[in-house]
Amino acid sequence: MHELYSTRANPLIDPSLHVWGWEIAVYLFLGGLVAGIMIIGGYFMYRGRHTESICVCEQLPMLGLVLLSAGMIALFLDLEDKWHVWRFYLTFQIASPMSWGSWILLLVYPVLVLTLAIRPPRYLTQRFTALDRARNFLRGRSGLVRRIGMASMVLGAGLGIYTGILLSALGARPLWNSPLLGFIFLLSGLSSAAALVHLISRDPGESRMLARADNMFLTAESALILLFLIGLITTSRVHEEAAVLLLTGAFAPVFWVFVIALGIIIPLIIQSLAVAGKIRHVPASPVLVMAGGLALRFVIVAAGQASHWASTIH
Amino acid sequence: MARYGMVIDTVRCVGCTDCVVACTTENDVPLGVHRDWVVFDTEGSFPTLHMQIRSERCNHCDDPPCVSACPTGASHIHEHGGIVLVDADKCTGCKACIAACPYDARFIHPDGYADKCTFCLPRVEQGLDPACVAVCPTLCMHFGDLDDPHSNVSTLLASRRAAPLMPEAGTKPRIYYLE
Amino acid sequence: MIKARNMLSGPGGNNLPATRTVPTFCDLCFWKCGVIAHVKDGSLWKLEGNPLDPLSRGRLCPRGTGGIGAHDDPDRLRSPLIRKRNRGEEEWVAVTWDEAFNYIAEKMQRIMSAYGPEAVALFSHGIGGNFLKHTLKAFGTTNIAAPSFAQCRGPRDAGFRLTFGDDVSSPERTDIRNAGCLVLIGSHLGENMHNTQVQEFAEAVGNGASIIVVDPRFSVAASKARYYLPIKPGTDLALLLAWTNVVVNEGLYDKDYVGTYGFGFEQFVQSIAQYTPEWAYPETGIQPELIRTTAREMARYRPATLIHPGRRTTWYGDDTQRSRAIALLNALMGSWGRRGGFYTPVSMDVPPYPYPPYPESKKGKADNAGNKYPFAHETISTGIREATLTGLPYPVKGWFVYATNLIHALPNEAETIAAIQNLDLLVVIDVVPNEIAGWADVVLPESVYLERFDDLNVEWFREPFVALRQPVVESPHEQKPNWWIAKKLAESLGLQQYFPWKDIEEYLRHRVTAAGLSYDELRKKGIIRGAKQPIYFSEGVPAEFPTPSSKIEFYSLQLANAGFDPVPVYHRPAEGPPGSYRLLFGRAPVHSFGRTQTNRVLMDMMDENEVWMHPVTAERHGIVSGTYIRLKNQDGVFSNRVRALVTERIRHDCVYMVHGFGHTAKDLHFARGKGASDAQLITRYATDPLMGGTGMNVNFVTIEPEAA
Repeated sequence: MHELYSTRANPLIDPSLHVWGWEIAVYLFLGGLVAGIMIIGGYFMYRGRHTESICVCEQLPMLGLVLLSAGMIALFLDLEDKWHVWRFYLTFQIASPMSWGSWILLLVYPVLVLTLAIRPPRYLTQRFTALDRARNFLRGRSGLVRRIGMASMVLGAGLGIYTGILLSALGARPLWNSPLLGFIFLLSGLSSAAALVHLISRDPGESRMLARADNMFLTAESALILLFLIGLITTSRVHEEAAVLLLTGAFAPVFWVFVIALGIIIPLIIQSLAVAGKIRHVPASPVLVMAGGLALRFVIVAAGQASHWASTIH
Repeated sequence: MARYGMVIDTVRCVGCTDCVVACTTENDVPLGVHRDWVVFDTEGSFPTLHMQIRSERCNHCDDPPCVSACPTGASHIHEHGGIVLVDADKCTGCKACIAACPYDARFIHPDGYADKCTFCLPRVEQGLDPACVAVCPTLCMHFGDLDDPHSNVSTLLASRRAAPLMPEAGTKPRIYYLE
Repeated sequence: MIKARNMLSGPGGNNLPATRTVPTFCDLCFWKCGVIAHVKDGSLWKLEGNPLDPLSRGRLCPRGTGGIGAHDDPDRLRSPLIRKRNRGEEEWVAVTWDEAFNYIAEKMQRIMSAYGPEAVALFSHGIGGNFLKHTLKAFGTTNIAAPSFAQCRGPRDAGFRLTFGDDVSSPERTDIRNAGCLVLIGSHLGENMHNTQVQEFAEAVGNGASIIVVDPRFSVAASKARYYLPIKPGTDLALLLAWTNVVVNEGLYDKDYVGTYGFGFEQFVQSIAQYTPEWAYPETGIQPELIRTTAREMARYRPATLIHPGRRTTWYGDDTQRSRAIALLNALMGSWGRRGGFYTPVSMDVPPYPYPPYPESKKGKADNAGNKYPFAHETISTGIREATLTGLPYPVKGWFVYATNLIHALPNEAETIAAIQNLDLLVVIDVVPNEIAGWADVVLPESVYLERFDDLNVEWFREPFVALRQPVVESPHEQKPNWWIAKKLAESLGLQQYFPWKDIEEYLRHRVTAAGLSYDELRKKGIIRGAKQPIYFSEGVPAEFPTPSSKIEFYSLQLANAGFDPVPVYHRPAEGPPGSYRLLFGRAPVHSFGRTQTNRVLMDMMDENEVWMHPVTAERHGIVSGTYIRLKNQDGVFSNRVRALVTERIRHDCVYMVHGFGHTAKDLHFARGKGASDAQLITRYATDPLMGGTGMNVNFVTIEPEAA
């Protein structure tokens, strides 16, 4: 028997750490989704295919701005001292992923606005004539569009990976101690963004294409999650105990049911069959993918905080 | 320059929590949150038990992950003896430092900033021991310069078996427990 | 959350510096440690130990450090109160002090003319009661008691008196610091925070002393022990007798010491011959070899072997005899009067204030009619309660209760309440509206220790010293210091000649000056120490034993003559009903009895108690640690709801809780309903036939689920 009795009883710390709640999970999910949006949109622009893709290039940038702002609001809500949020921008702390993130987010906005200007939706150009002028300026300047597309991809990749590094840099929480976490969140963001297009695009060709891409992302994400778990199990006892939280512990039901089964495997089967033409595409599938992405952030944020270095001396 | 640390004798400690009460009154720590605490760590089966009692707090690590996690520079290493501090006027309450600390030594002050043990810097600057050390009725706590081979803490470390908590977390903690 | 300091108000209109230090002494328990109080910007900031103080050596215990919470406790009594309707309904009318005194004086005069002055009794705990005792003695009563005798240390002191002719007293004369071997029997130093003892315990542990702990619970002290003996509750006397048997049979005792100072050793040897370790094993559950090993371990370090006499020793009703067995084991070790054993306390010579003599009583005391308990050397609190209930030997019609919550302190609450209903007057003087105040006719709000002068502390200790309590901050409302209350009450009763001094400083200055000391120095330093004096036989203290034989009484003729066992005899304790657990209770380091549960600073460390139970017990009842349960005792009484603490640190045949929680008084807004009260479950008690102590560890409980 091992009994540990502590008098600490600090709120948000005891009996186990729970400083970060839904706000951070939602922020990480939306951050990943926006990252996916920027990469997919940027890819089309970089390849000069922004004229053919209706949803990706006309609707995604604006959605990205909205979703990013929603994510920022979630992050803001998490702050204990909300009215001093500007303190993030008085400094740049090179060692702090959160400082990097706060500056990356500042760069993401103008780039998203630039991608928006390439093919702005009509409801915006009618209201903002500047946007119309920008579109006209960019029309025919394909080199510039390519560069904007490249910037969007690079920044999107940075944003996506950053959402994972934000956690993985916190060495005190063994579950997060994996360099793969950034890539898992990036791929999850890509798959959610692809699922979003798959869901909302009115162009059947574009929708199918993104469903195919989504299958790739989901497959790669599964492989990374597997590697992530193997990595934890083989690192040390505390890391193994952290992995066990997901595999068989308190967080196993959410992880297996919502993240793996409903969030990856079932939509992957549906979409593979649909892409092969064996069944029709169903909107439930991309919805499951996105919900799975959100569940992934929730489970990683919560289980990570529950994981710890054994606090005993032997 | 000094490198302050503590050596705590678990053999003498009775877990009375005087260290915690003294910290609360000395530093006006709000009720409900605690900068230090006592752990009763029991192993075995009745009646063959072993219990270690430890007064715990921020370890003022040589390599403090809370400082590198801080996005605003609020968490920092003070020039006086390498004490790890929080500048409340720079903090946003993002809690990254709390998540970064393997010892769960930090908490959110009711005024919205991250708070923690300061080794009673104002006392230490006057040449006094931190309040927890000064109050301890069992004399189980010792504070001093780990870099000075003649300090009380260095002498104790040289004379008895001692270990810090969770050195494997890699933060180079500066509080040692005598066994 | 409240800031510890912001909740404290500063002193009002006086011209003291806003930031200052004031030396005084503590009142969180009765150890009376020296304090340096710090006031910052007009508010009480912190309390530190007075480095001059030989008791605390400059280090307070957590209660003393947290004493600031007593000052601005929002639940404090604020003004005198007179009962509005029925007793116990806690409905009050706030009155002026004059109205309160007039009311009390009139009732007292009426009681006096009908029943005599002895019909008014005083229950008082702590130095703060000194002036009230004086007033009531002047009034003519003889019945002044504290639960600290019959509910606490009485059996111990009676047992040691019968053996060595002297008390262990408080602070205990135990030389723990120098002990080579320390034996603790149920004494949980470290959880019981009597400062000097804990400091010396840590010192002994640090010096590598051999610690032997006997306890059904793996206490903090047990975790420091070389030998831990997880005894079956109620069988300590069997173990003690087996130890003496081994020590005598193996010739391990101090033969010179016993030969020189002992009386009746041969009869003693004969009497304990039957108590072999093999005999003790089925009684105590302690292996014979472990009994032998620990007996030899004790002998190895003698005379620096201290078998600690404990403090609250009111356990099973045979407590004086058990304490006597402890005294005898110490006598075998030759530890009384020796370094590492029991030193001889010394004191400063401070003459009492020259008052007129008190009126003589023809009736004597009411607590011990017919000398039923021949070895009660102090007043039996429960004896006064009994006299109040029965009217015998004469009626008791008025109670003054100072700073002791009788509802929690005396066993069997129902008896206490029944006695109260026989009273014509119940006056409670306290700082918070606790349970006993709820039953009062008049409640008088006292200033807390940080706001008042008190009598001098002229302590009996290792070295002589005198200490002063003086105000640090002002009382926040209409609270008054006890000396003022006692003086005003005396004046209301026409007894002003007993208070010839104008105010307490005149009294204090008179006494300090009469002792040849400087009052101004005492005010400045808080403590004046005297020259060190011999405290061991080896230093020249005469080896005197004020017993009838003037020796250490291994065999007690006075016990034999009174019809008791002259050498302790073991009787197996009664078992509880099947499926029940013996209810044990003790202390936590941050609380003193039920006095500190309104102190927010201390409650921040521990705001409820828990019922300790072994995992096997918990599993039997399907209980998980942290869930709420209730305890039900053998008489069907339920406790308040209380959390379970499932732990390996206790035997499976008993449960344990910290005393002092489970308050029910309506106006204890913060403490009410937090944890459970053992006192509520102590409906039975075993009275010690020698001195009237109430053994309280004789109650058994079952564990009842608590609906969420």
